[in-house]
Amino acid sequence: MSRAITPQAKAINTGLAWSVALLIAFPILWTVLTSFKPEPQAVASPPIFLGFDWTIQNYIDVQDQRAYFRYFVNSVVISIGSTLLGLIIAIPAAWSMAFVPGARTKDLLMWMLSTKMMPAVGVLVPIYLIFIRLGLLDTRIGLTVVLMLINLPIIIWMLYTYFKEIPADILEAARMDGAGLREEILYVLTPMAVPGIASTVLLNIILAWNESFWTINLTTVNAAPLTAFIAGFSSPQGLFYAKLSAASTMAIAPILIMGWFSQKQLVRGLTFGAVK
Amino acid sequence: MGQITLKAVRKSFGEVHVIPGVDLEIADGEFVVFVGPSGCGKSTLLRLIAGLEDTSAGQIMIDGKDATALPPARRGLAMVFQSYALYPHMTVRKNIAFPLKMAGLSEAEQAKKVDAAAAVLNLTAYLDRRPGQLSGGQRQRVAIGRAIVREPSAFLFDEPLSNLDAALRVTMRQEISELHQTLKTTMIYVTHDQVEAMTMADKIVVLNAGRIEQVGSPLDLYRAPDNLFVAGFIGSPKMNFIEGAEAARHKAHTIGIRPEHIGVGSGNWEGTVLLSEHLGSDSFIKVDVDGIGIINVRAGGELGIHHGNRIRLAPDADKIHRFDQAGKAIR
Ligand SMILES: Nc1ncnc2c1ncn2[C@@H]1O[C@H](COP(=O)(O)OP(=O)(O)OP(=O)(O)O)[C@@H](O)[C@H]1O
Ligand SMILES: [Mg+2]
Repeated sequence: MSRAITPQAKAINTGLAWSVALLIAFPILWTVLTSFKPEPQAVASPPIFLGFDWTIQNYIDVQDQRAYFRYFVNSVVISIGSTLLGLIIAIPAAWSMAFVPGARTKDLLMWMLSTKMMPAVGVLVPIYLIFIRLGLLDTRIGLTVVLMLINLPIIIWMLYTYFKEIPADILEAARMDGAGLREEILYVLTPMAVPGIASTVLLNIILAWNESFWTINLTTVNAAPLTAFIAGFSSPQGLFYAKLSAASTMAIAPILIMGWFSQKQLVRGLTFGAVK
Repeated sequence: MGQITLKAVRKSFGEVHVIPGVDLEIADGEFVVFVGPSGCGKSTLLRLIAGLEDTSAGQIMIDGKDATALPPARRGLAMVFQSYALYPHMTVRKNIAFPLKMAGLSEAEQAKKVDAAAAVLNLTAYLDRRPGQLSGGQRQRVAIGRAIVREPSAFLFDEPLSNLDAALRVTMRQEISELHQTLKTTMIYVTHDQVEAMTMADKIVVLNAGRIEQVGSPLDLYRAPDNLFVAGFIGSPKMNFIEGAEAARHKAHTIGIRPEHIGVGSGNWEGTVLLSEHLGSDSFIKVDVDGIGIINVRAGGELGIHHGNRIRLAPDADKIHRFDQAGKAIR
């Protein structure tokens, strides 16, 4: 589909697109800017855009007062761990639903998705009690398992849609060409599914990284990830906007950087494979 | 070698009996075409032979050995799919080499065979492209290349040309026929295209609702259809069927006469022209014959006959097919 676009129309479109993008990204930009301001200038009225005294003191203070790095490691372990654990369960599940569907496969998929519609607080108390009994409260392993379970329906759905895209004909062609199950998976299935698996992994790391209900409610110190780090910062230090901004920037920076470098995969992931 | 025998082969999907029972003998080197209306089980039968579906009952023998329980990889057959089913992540070269790689050939042997196949199929210039960068006809050739490299004992084709345009279909049809003459390997070819069936086949198998209606050479089926179904299915335009008094005169329940076996100008039948289509070389005329009904006639070209004309028709008495109450041919 191609339409003639006049240079003026193009300029207007570009301008509009940039304005919308800036508007949406503004809170984040503002947070980042504020994080480099001295505390008094951070709350100055009228607000100062760029002409303030740039400083990294806030970052040093944040690291001194609360060990950022420990939260960061927890976030990494929990988000990557829960995603990998999820894959181990979701890959066989999605394979079987995509390639050997049963009479109830569709219902099963809908039911799994429906669990995502339920408010999480509804199961907070039972899960909290189970965690106390099992001694999982404030442990990385406990949180990893919970986040895996929370995101499992999405992982399975995404993988299922990717696997569905692989035409059964091609797998049959491989069988006709003399491939056994091992060769079929190794040389044909996996290479064709890798982009789908990669975007699933990326999206789920982000979802797990940003998850703040369970991470805040089920941790105190040892297993607390960056979400708990910001939350903990906002209450006692609530009025120190610059430090709070520095803490927030440090919490979102890793995931923003990762997202930036994997944009292409992510877009594919977010559209559930609809865009090729 | 490529001799295939089906003995009382049956296939059901749950409660649906798609193939209620088929016996078929395919000789080595034969070009066999399965034809039949959509949904009659042509693909299913082919996939049973390929091993892509398990038989519900019966036996499939390949070169005298029982292959019923063998996985597709071990049957030594090659298949060309309607969708081509090329590996999208591999180059043309890798696609064609894949069966050789699976067979454990060395890289050098693979390269030699791939180059030879590519030369035969005019693919040499495209060896380093991916399937996505090829036209439909080229993809079809790659699929055929992938099938021929490992010298299977038989080729299975499932409507391989149905995604191509009319002109390309004719070319590829001829290429496949030539390939068969060169390789002399058994080919089983599924189509619902009359012309493909008539021009390519040594033997046509007419299927209807999972049963074999008749097996024979194209001309056998044209000249002596066993029943109403085959008579109506083979030949284009379709055979005219007449019941009632006219049929009774021939001591039959139904008589059939092909449109090309009716003379125009004189004769016992008289009727009004409802429609006349002039194709230049041929004319197709639809006539409402008095006391008989609608009859389609295929006459010569450049005929001055138009809608509303009264004309006389003369069916060729030798070419009238007679059928009994059950639709079986009376010989
Ligand atoms: N996996 C399946 N499960 C249930 N029914 C099936 C399955 N595959 C095929 N069928 C049914 O079996 C019948 C024969 O299908 P088949 O694909 O063999 O027809 P065909 O002759 O190849 O038709 P076409 O000319 O349209 O390709 C159809 O009625 C179809 O609905
Ligand atoms: Mg079919």
